[in-house]
Amino acid sequence: MSKIAITSEGPSLEDQMDSRFGRAAGFVVIDMDTMSSHYIENGQSQIMAQGAGIQAAQLIAKAGAGWVLTGYVGPKAFQALSAVGIKVVQDLRDITVGEALERFKSGGLKIAQAPNRESGK
Amino acid sequence: MREILIISGKGGTGKTSLTGAFAHLAVNKVICDLDVDAPDLHLLLCPSFDQTEEFYSGFEARIMEELCTQCGLCASMCRFEAIRENGHGFSVDPLRCEGCKVCGAFCPSGAILFPQKHSGRWHVSSTRFGPLVHARLFPGEANSGRLVMVLKQKARELAKARGMDMVLCDGAPGIGCPVISSLSGTNLAVAVTEPTPSGRHDLERVADLCGHFQIAFAVIINKHDLNPDESARIEAFCRQRSYPLLARLPHDQIVTTAMLQGKVVTELPETDFSRELKKGWTMIRELASSVR
Amino acid sequence: MIVSVASGKGGTGKTTVAASLSRVWDRPVTLVDMDVEEPNLHLFLHPVIEGKSSANLEIPVIDESRCTSCGQCSDLCQFKAIALMGSVLLTFPELCHGCGGCIAVCPEGALSPGERELGEISVGKAGGAGFLMGRLRVGEAMSPPFMRMVKAKLVEIIGESERDAIIDAPPGVSCPAVNAVMDSDVIVLVTEPTPFGFHDFKLAWEAFSPLSKPMGAIINRAGLGNDDVYRFCTKSQIPILAELPFDRAIAEAYARGRVIADEFPRLREIFLSLRDGIRELADTGSREAARA
Repeated sequence: MSKIAITSEGPSLEDQMDSRFGRAAGFVVIDMDTMSSHYIENGQSQIMAQGAGIQAAQLIAKAGAGWVLTGYVGPKAFQALSAVGIKVVQDLRDITVGEALERFKSGGLKIAQAPNRESGK
Repeated sequence: MREILIISGKGGTGKTSLTGAFAHLAVNKVICDLDVDAPDLHLLLCPSFDQTEEFYSGFEARIMEELCTQCGLCASMCRFEAIRENGHGFSVDPLRCEGCKVCGAFCPSGAILFPQKHSGRWHVSSTRFGPLVHARLFPGEANSGRLVMVLKQKARELAKARGMDMVLCDGAPGIGCPVISSLSGTNLAVAVTEPTPSGRHDLERVADLCGHFQIAFAVIINKHDLNPDESARIEAFCRQRSYPLLARLPHDQIVTTAMLQGKVVTELPETDFSRELKKGWTMIRELASSVR
Repeated sequence: MIVSVASGKGGTGKTTVAASLSRVWDRPVTLVDMDVEEPNLHLFLHPVIEGKSSANLEIPVIDESRCTSCGQCSDLCQFKAIALMGSVLLTFPELCHGCGGCIAVCPEGALSPGERELGEISVGKAGGAGFLMGRLRVGEAMSPPFMRMVKAKLVEIIGESERDAIIDAPPGVSCPAVNAVMDSDVIVLVTEPTPFGFHDFKLAWEAFSPLSKPMGAIINRAGLGNDDVYRFCTKSQIPILAELPFDRAIAEAYARGRVIADEFPRLREIFLSLRDGIRELADTGSREAARA
């Protein structure tokens, strides 16, 4: 797949990455063929008691992304993403969305085999 | 960063009084009261609010009378018995409504709205022992687990921003939703128990809960001299499970005396109680830095 | 008549009061432990358990051969317990509240009811009284649906009989506590005259007032602390139904798992008058209800 989603604190490549997945402020989705990007707002996740990670996974699947670049993913979100073959790169933080994109393009990012955070965060 | 949670299973074992004293003894930390249902820590720390935020969580059904045809389908489908006939139509009992939206989805006349629930308020405050993050869930509200998460997140951000390396949390009694939420991200859970049948029983359940989530666990026995036999049983339980026993505190009215003055026990002249407590805190610090 | 023994703060003596009250109750009565996260009544009453059953919540089970991935269930579920990912339908049973919406909305009949265990309900006898206890499974976050099942069992036990019930409620003032007391005829709030006790007593009073049930107070450990709670009761016209003195001998008897009304004749007298006070409060309540 040619689209990647990056958890972000804002809509642009200059914004900081949000290390949270389910409760990220939003997702910058980049089409690797055209290099065009768009932003998916995720503010409503803040009021969810649980299941924010699952909802985020649904948003990303709907956007047609095949990759997620983020900080931490919980077990339910990981299960949901894996169910449709979306690849997860985790442990990214304190960098901008653009920097994350550059790392992805240069290769060498590791695909996560398991979630790296407990439920509910 | 280290996150330490003081819990108890059973209420009234002295958890909050001890957390208050630890807040006094600890340096460079953010204090966090995760008992959002009946918070008490502020009574010892006398905070001044620096920031107040509203907490919204979930949704709640509301029937618009002018659109309702009184078919009763909503009431028959609600598994929570939250929709009742009230003589001149149907109304929603907010205390029973789970916000599942089933009634709204099936209502043939679209007469049911789902406004967001305003269910509490949280604060970042200053205290004589450092910053405190705390909250209050409105009476009867659910989703305390989510509010606990919000507080933990805020406390972490605050600690990071101020270069502090510890978050010290006062937990809620029980083993349900808010307690499960308070465990997430915790490096060390310290259970305060008492040598009573209830104290031991509830300690075992909260220990199992921490085991379930693989959280390091240690124990303080408060009022240990109230029943030496039961204290011995708790100690044996700790040995058998390899839980460090951090302190054995005597039954001492100093706890109430301090509370009445709006102080923590370690601010009062030293007694056996506070000496043992200080020893316990040193062990907590060592343990917290050694666990994963 | 159903009496709930509740409190904002944990460890104020709810279980002690419920157990002792059952000893002086002079009509057929069932004791109900509704503190499902940390049930303790059995530790004092040593009931003979006659039957145990697991309490299960209805959750959806997917028949993949029938699912067309239309997504209606996923759109309806507010808790993300059933979620469509692309064309794959997933369930997350621990998030399910059991509203039944997904099963009802599925146009293909692809969802059928399955079960998740919430806890265990025990029924038995404690001396001359009936005994009913709910015990939440460790790791289970949702106590309110489980408490509803315990209450359904109570309704079944009471049936058409004139049997009374005494409910030992969980601490706090949020969803589980309100759930426990909402169907009772009288609520008694157990508190202690300390700053924490008083603060949480006010929270409980505020939380339960909208239920419009007659309420009374029991001051435990009287003599400790200050008289703030007395002044508040006078001002708010909350009858003080009993005072239990602060006494180390009582604390020690409790710590040994004794029912204090059995151990101390002077306390038995207090519980007798508490019983009568509760009856009177219930009568006033029903008279007022009749007038309204």
